[in-house]
Amino acid sequence: MLKQRAQSLGVHLILIAYSALALGPILLVVMNSFKARNAIFGAPLAPPNSDTFSLVGYAKVFKASHIGTYFANSLIVTLVSMGLVLLFGAMAAWALTEYKFRGSTALALFLSIGIMVPIRLGSVAILTMMRKSGLNDTLTALILVYVAQGLPLSIFILSEFVQQIPKDLRDAARCDGVPETRIFFEVIAPLLRPAIATVAVFTIVPIWNDLWFPLILTSSDSTHTITLGVQQFLGQYITDWNSVLAALSMAILPVVAIYVIFSRQLISGLTAGAVK
Amino acid sequence: MAEPLSQVVASMPRGRFLALMALFLGPAVAIYTLFSIYPLIATMALATYTTDSTGAYHFVGLANFVTLLTDAIWSKPFWNAAWNNLVFFAVHMLVQNPIGIALAGLLSLPGLKLKSLYRTIIFLPTMLSVVIVGFSWNLILSPLWGVAEGALKAVGLGSWFAPWLGLPSTALVTLALISVWQFVGIPLMLIYAALLNIPDELVDAGRVDGLGHLRIFLHIKLPLVLPTIGLVSILTFVGNFNAFDLIYSVKGALAGPNFASDILGTFFYRTFFGNQLQLGNPTMGAAVATVMFFIILCGVCLYLFFVQRRMRRYAF
Repeated sequence: MLKQRAQSLGVHLILIAYSALALGPILLVVMNSFKARNAIFGAPLAPPNSDTFSLVGYAKVFKASHIGTYFANSLIVTLVSMGLVLLFGAMAAWALTEYKFRGSTALALFLSIGIMVPIRLGSVAILTMMRKSGLNDTLTALILVYVAQGLPLSIFILSEFVQQIPKDLRDAARCDGVPETRIFFEVIAPLLRPAIATVAVFTIVPIWNDLWFPLILTSSDSTHTITLGVQQFLGQYITDWNSVLAALSMAILPVVAIYVIFSRQLISGLTAGAVK
Repeated sequence: MAEPLSQVVASMPRGRFLALMALFLGPAVAIYTLFSIYPLIATMALATYTTDSTGAYHFVGLANFVTLLTDAIWSKPFWNAAWNNLVFFAVHMLVQNPIGIALAGLLSLPGLKLKSLYRTIIFLPTMLSVVIVGFSWNLILSPLWGVAEGALKAVGLGSWFAPWLGLPSTALVTLALISVWQFVGIPLMLIYAALLNIPDELVDAGRVDGLGHLRIFLHIKLPLVLPTIGLVSILTFVGNFNAFDLIYSVKGALAGPNFASDILGTFFYRTFFGNQLQLGNPTMGAAVATVMFFIILCGVCLYLFFVQRRMRRYAF
């Protein structure tokens, strides 16, 4: 009994220590972003108090950068891409698993290349294409690339979900003479809702956090995403610690808030996707 | 196969069935082919061309690759970046994955309290942008702020501190460890999920034989999750040989000091877009991307043909 207690205590100590290592740096940055410059350097580990509290960094970020625009751009790009990935991905997953036709396996294999091969390696040609078609420096360019990037894995994951839907459901609908398109949109699509969490983890996070494509495809302030905007702001104001910490915190906090709210769904989605 | 489906599909006119498939598969296949597969192929094709001073393209076969691998001006930075990338990958395999496996083992212990809280916290850094993580660590490790130095002093190791990110001998490994800190959540989650899938009877059998938690983990659970460890390894490989964001945001495109932290991703970016030292060169950039593609392809093939086939035998 005593040995078990000691063992469990040891396990908790290790997990607490690692949690502190994971959380510490994030807390440190966020905490110091609310402090005056002297306090940032004088006592980095102390939380802000009434003497040291200051929002000067945040004020400067708002004044010196288009952080609102960046944020809106990221939101538009991420949500539109995710919507299209889910819609087109679900349709393709349904067609590939439900109707076996000549070449369907080959097509599934073709679509799965993108799971392992990063689309980034085609950047040279992507940039040329976007320039030629006049899409360069638009959010549309980013969305198209991100949809192409997100589709392979989401088709793979959604196919697993489609397979789990009981066959009786669609067969019943077919016996009633419901057309195939309506079977998908009215019977199958609503049942795929639990898959959204899983697909979201693999789609939203990489898109929101991506630096590469905004860096090569967008050149003006009006099309920068939050990741690129913050990166450029940080590079420019590297010596202004208040602003740097504030900009970092403004990029961290929304993600943390959404993560904490949805962590249960996100993690169950992640582990469900991992099972296969 | 259910009867109604084959009847419906068989009774459908061929044209209508094709139209149905085009409707369902068309958008996904079109976007994916146009913006993912075609650019990859076009990039490889472009790698066999060169541009002259007028901007016209000339086919040169494999000459760009020969230049890249043998001409000292190109090959020195290329092999430097390739070697650094290998070190970057090795640090992940030796540090990130063992820690991920160990933490997953602890989290999957039966009856552990606060499990989901630990899981949520440890996975948090993985959700953040690499840019944010890189910059935050840049500040923490900076001698100007002195947080890392202060922390070491507090445990009596103050003399160990050095500006790790700034020294040629330590910059790369430090960056790799920052990346490990961020992404340890991925092996943790994948292996954790695999551990939860192990049938209870197997673990119970070990317990009846009087094995402790550690030996059950090492001798029963670990061999059963080997396929997942293989998957984690290939994901790490692809991610590392495609990495760019962290080095670029902490060290810039020049991957200093003196290219000590240059990896293939930053080398590709410099070659393609140019920088303070050289003009951008799309055809050589395409050649670098093609080499990176084949490196990743080799890794994936090795995984598919050897690791996964061999591991099937252990699968349950």
